[in-house]
Amino acid sequence: MKLALKIWRQNDASSKGKMVDYTVEKIEPDMSFLEMLDILNDELIVKGEDTVAFDHDCREGICGMCSLFINGEAHGPDRLVTTCQLHMRKFKDGDTIYIEPFRAKGFPVIKDLVVDRSAFDRIQQSGGFISVNTSGNTIDANTIPIPKHDADKAFDAATCIGCGACVATCKNSSAMLFVSAKVSQFSLLPQGKVEAKERVLNMVNQMDAEGFGNCTNTGACEVECPKGISLENIARMNREYLKSSII
Amino acid sequence: MTNSTILKSSIAKKVAMALSGLFLITFLSIHFFVNLTSVFSEELFNMMAHFMGNNPIIQFVMQPILIIGVLFHFIMGFVLDFKNRSSRPIAYAKYNGASNASWSSRNMIISGIVVLSFLGLHFYDFWVPEMAYKYVEANPLNAQRYYHELGEKFESPIRTAIYSFSFFFLFLHLWHGFNSSFQSIGVNNKYSKAIHKFGYAFAIIVPFGFIFIALFHHFNH
Repeated sequence: MKLALKIWRQNDASSKGKMVDYTVEKIEPDMSFLEMLDILNDELIVKGEDTVAFDHDCREGICGMCSLFINGEAHGPDRLVTTCQLHMRKFKDGDTIYIEPFRAKGFPVIKDLVVDRSAFDRIQQSGGFISVNTSGNTIDANTIPIPKHDADKAFDAATCIGCGACVATCKNSSAMLFVSAKVSQFSLLPQGKVEAKERVLNMVNQMDAEGFGNCTNTGACEVECPKGISLENIARMNREYLKSSII
Repeated sequence: MTNSTILKSSIAKKVAMALSGLFLITFLSIHFFVNLTSVFSEELFNMMAHFMGNNPIIQFVMQPILIIGVLFHFIMGFVLDFKNRSSRPIAYAKYNGASNASWSSRNMIISGIVVLSFLGLHFYDFWVPEMAYKYVEANPLNAQRYYHELGEKFESPIRTAIYSFSFFFLFLHLWHGFNSSFQSIGVNNKYSKAIHKFGYAFAIIVPFGFIFIALFHHFNH
């Protein structure tokens, strides 16, 4: 395949960026999207040009490191996959592909397609944990009976890899799907109930402080989420927040 | 965390939008029911309109609450839209919003502005003359006038067309807004499917019912 690429290039966080046109050839349908970018970067190195910076790590959809807004969608046109799991068979010979960084006030661009997602870390640090005594007398979590329904819901929420696709795709740059998944994965389990009130208040407060927008329930985040995190978590977070605010 | 912080939070604003929206939906239901009677019975419509227009609780308690509710919903809508737009300082070169969300959910501000503009016309058409008739000119009570006043307003094809156009945008607003309100207040459970179905039915029946009423009076007067 021969493809025309329009890629966001930006030297650093303080400089202005712009879309730059590139062409790549001999792209195989079985290549991953990131491999296609690797080929582009190889060609740029040969030409002595600056390579395109993009985030990646595990390249198997687990770590949540890869991002990219491809042809107007977070992680590209496929569903329930991260960019590293996106294959070039989803594109046709002669296509023009727009590749942009995840855009949000809370995700400032560091360079080219790399954004700073440490806002998510700060939200997690504000309450996304449970306090457990790790002195050596820790009780095995499996000794506490938990209804399967609750365990399944908590696990579903915990599959969130914190990639930020929800923020990137939301027209309001809202982080509520991420935060609600992190609230839910604890609040559904007995171990998480002890700090439930402080957790939801602190995490929502930190989310707002990071400059993310407000959820308007378009549902775009759920559609684009590579792990299929449900909007049900946002409703649960809203309930938890209201309950914690009132009581 | 202080109470003021909680009230300023994104979730509190979202819940406030939802509750004011649900309040307006309740009012809309009553308004629709009253207007619908005009299709079936002039006498019944006059009786209900007279009651709504002269009952002191409705006039001096419910009406101010309604106006505050309308103003709150629209002002909060604009405030949130401004905040949300500022949350993405640099727009995408290509944004395929249609691939993952409905037009109505992505454009509540547009449908809201059309409905707000319509409310301006609606107040000019009905509310302002009604207030002038009762409280400025201090005319004697006349329980028989409402049906004819309604018919006169819909004689104009342009006004009827504007009403129909506006109600189509109300349909788009409700199509997302009704179910979104429940999600915002945290309702997402085994009843959600039924609520969604009811919400979509409401979003169709009420606005298109209003269009039917406008057309009915246009062609029958």
